[in-house]
Amino acid sequence: MNKNFIQEEILRSSGVNPKKCMKCGKCSATCPAYDEMEYHPHQFVSMVESGDIEPLLSSESLYKCLSCFACIDRCPRGVQPAKLVEAVRLAVIRQQDKNHLTANDIPKLLDDETPQQLIVSAFRKYTK
Amino acid sequence: MQVKEYKPLIVAFCCNWCSYAGADLAGNNRLSYPADVKIIRVPCSCRVNPMFILRAFQRGADGVIICGCHPGDCHYTSGNYYTRRRMAALFSMLDFLGIEKERTRVEWVSAAEGAKFAATMNEFAETVASLGENKRLEDLRCKR
Amino acid sequence: MQRVGVFVCWCGSNIAGTVDVAAVAEALKNEPGVVFSTDYQYMCSQAGQDIIKNAIAEHNLTGIVVCSCSPRMHEATFRKTAAAAGLNPYMVEIANIREQCSWVHKDMLTGTEKAIILGKAAVAKVNLNTPLTPGESPVTKRALVIGGGIAGIQTALDIADAGFPVDIVEKQPTIGGKMAQLDKTFPTLDCAACILTPKMVDVAQNEKIRIFSYSEVEEVGGFVGNFDVKIKKKARFVKEDICTGCGACVEKCPMKKNPNEFNLGMDNRPAIYIPFAQAVPKVATIDPNACNMLKNGKCGLCARICAAGAIDYTQKDEIIEEKYGAIVVATGFNPISMEKFDEFAYNQSKDVITSLEFERLTNAAGPSAGKLIRPSDGKHPHTIVFVQCVGSRCDACAEKGKEYCSKICCMYTAKHAMLTRDKYPDTEVYVFYIDVRTPGKNFDEFYRRAVEEFGVKYIKGMVGKVTPEGDKLKVQASDLLSNKQLHIDADLVVLAAAIEPDKSARPLATMLTASMDTNDFFTEAHPKLRPVESPTAGVFLSGACQGPKDIPETVSQAGAAASKVIGLLAKDKLTGNPCIASSNELMCNGCSSCERVCPYGAITYVDKEFRMPDRTTKIRRVASVNPAVCQGCGACTVACPSGAMDLKGFANSQIIAEVDAICK
Repeated sequence: MNKNFIQEEILRSSGVNPKKCMKCGKCSATCPAYDEMEYHPHQFVSMVESGDIEPLLSSESLYKCLSCFACIDRCPRGVQPAKLVEAVRLAVIRQQDKNHLTANDIPKLLDDETPQQLIVSAFRKYTK
Repeated sequence: MQVKEYKPLIVAFCCNWCSYAGADLAGNNRLSYPADVKIIRVPCSCRVNPMFILRAFQRGADGVIICGCHPGDCHYTSGNYYTRRRMAALFSMLDFLGIEKERTRVEWVSAAEGAKFAATMNEFAETVASLGENKRLEDLRCKR
Repeated sequence: MQRVGVFVCWCGSNIAGTVDVAAVAEALKNEPGVVFSTDYQYMCSQAGQDIIKNAIAEHNLTGIVVCSCSPRMHEATFRKTAAAAGLNPYMVEIANIREQCSWVHKDMLTGTEKAIILGKAAVAKVNLNTPLTPGESPVTKRALVIGGGIAGIQTALDIADAGFPVDIVEKQPTIGGKMAQLDKTFPTLDCAACILTPKMVDVAQNEKIRIFSYSEVEEVGGFVGNFDVKIKKKARFVKEDICTGCGACVEKCPMKKNPNEFNLGMDNRPAIYIPFAQAVPKVATIDPNACNMLKNGKCGLCARICAAGAIDYTQKDEIIEEKYGAIVVATGFNPISMEKFDEFAYNQSKDVITSLEFERLTNAAGPSAGKLIRPSDGKHPHTIVFVQCVGSRCDACAEKGKEYCSKICCMYTAKHAMLTRDKYPDTEVYVFYIDVRTPGKNFDEFYRRAVEEFGVKYIKGMVGKVTPEGDKLKVQASDLLSNKQLHIDADLVVLAAAIEPDKSARPLATMLTASMDTNDFFTEAHPKLRPVESPTAGVFLSGACQGPKDIPETVSQAGAAASKVIGLLAKDKLTGNPCIASSNELMCNGCSSCERVCPYGAITYVDKEFRMPDRTTKIRRVASVNPAVCQGCGACTVACPSGAMDLKGFANSQIIAEVDAICK
């Protein structure tokens, strides 16, 4: 998959417009997992904007984000960095070259305990 | 029989403050556009009654263009917003009247945009020329 | 039938080079109404104008068409020529055969052809022209300034200086506005009070200026030159003309625990108070929500103490009606509320303050007598964190904050940081910034001095979170340039809050029919060329009500607004543009469509008596255009469903005649 395609995919699935970022760094200032990360929230935004996505895909930082959404709450420009992180995670899964869940797997997952919503979203997420 | 060469006739309504001045600037800079474009000066683009446009089509105009200040820059604060709405309403009905929508247009040309004025007119004249002669709205009353 | 004269100008070779002028003159001879047609080398020259004048006399012309350059160039010239020859100046039409013909076309044939058509259109139009006379209206030679901050003060002083009476309406008990609350002013660091209070005294002593303090504009009617304004003078329960401002009542008042607005609630004031020592007018005011006498009828101490006998518990709000020729809006700004910014713990800790509160803390007349202390425990702060752009430059869809840059924060934060380091070298001062914006004379030098000479630590990044812990404030922030997250234990956090227009501006704009932008800043008539005028005639803008501004800018705009007001008041009569809308009352059906689209509020409805064919009378509601307010845009003419509304000089029939002439 080419670089532009991944970038477009990430922007599309996250619904984030990184061009709105004014580089204030409030996301990184607010991030509780900052010290764990190799690439910090503000870098996420600017790297996705510039299409420099390869390093992100292979970075541990991706899984250090707690999805606490503090950055989303506090960003003055409404950029929503956490959604980008989530979208990059998704891009990684989709790059791994197979369907992690097929329609045939669904029936055996169904039970009274699991909400259907969860299965629907898992199906979306793990299917190319 | 001699076939007269088809030259489109275009009526341009220009607001006094921006587009008319833009047209003057195009002249000052000697930027050429087709002589088929004839300009009528109005105080504001919102002075252009949709009736004027239909009248022009009845009388044989092939295209009508309305030029005003850019949104937000209107000399009268909000006139061009009225223009935008009124013309959107009129243009949506033109097909129904049998006139191609492409024969009309609203453009924003500021007093500093002589080049834009000339380019717009060139492009519009070309579009209108490609549509051919407009004969459809000439009713009996307005026959020459 | 008109008797039209056509004058075709060569403009040297400018027109004659591409247009066969003689042919144009010849062709137009046959147009309806044309009785005379000629061409000449330079129509605008004295000799050319004489040709026009002579022709008017000789051929008894009632209308003239000049085929020449753009009307934007010489329409005024030829109108004057016509007027000199006794012809109504609005009987002149220009066919623009230079800018819109000879200069854009290279070929003689097309040029001539088009020039003839343009000439025909002008002839067709002039045939339907009617003589127009501009309306005249008298000018009331008195100005109203709404808002008594530095903007209003400067405007009032400048207008009064030119000899015109001015009234200032200020909603607070004293004039002075925000500038009176400031400590020092950037970039020269002179004290705000030292430069402002003398001006306030000038205002008080100027016999041309009346101050209506503790008053608000209640109603505005009329139009440019003739505004009728109702001003509500709120009851202050003290007779203004008798009170000497001695302050004895303030000292004796037992109701002492009321938040002091002037110090932004950081200390208390009594129920009867004078906002600050240099207040103008220096008159006490009773806060009716705090005074025991007014609430419960018990006390009356101030009335007993007052030697002058100025206290009057029975005072009522008073309405003052006055006529004005011009109105200046100078309603100013306020810092936005920090309520929604809970990440900065503004509501949780007294030691998180806004910059305006910091101003009061460092002001010698402030709650701490100028000593920089922590509001919570009165201790000296050793680490101070300044946060810039709090609520400025936010996304338009964000729930909190403003989209624009508040413009003044970078400079006052640099000032605060510098002054702190200067006075208390033992303090560590951090400034978190996104960008430092310092365009202005000596502004960037000032900021560099704060960094280089005074050792203020400027950090590119933003504070994400402030958590009060013990007597410290834990500040978590990012340092983008060294790519680190910082944790600072601060004693004081100062927020550079965005500024917004005063809340009173919106209802005022409605009263004045002045337009505003989405942020409630007043819109100027032209963003570059008419920056101190509102699009509504006779309404002018001064200071931060038009957009964020620092003091030097405010003062220069105030002076500019004053000069515009003086220019208006210096006239005895206003002559309007005669090309305005007018309604044919017989056709008007009173539907209000025109009233709704008019951007100037020039159209009102009147009930008028009409005689019916059967000799009865009937009262009908019809549109009436105020000629002094109408600017002649023509929006109403198109909105009118019955065709009753028409625009003089650009009438429906005239434009249709032009269309027909062009399409023939």
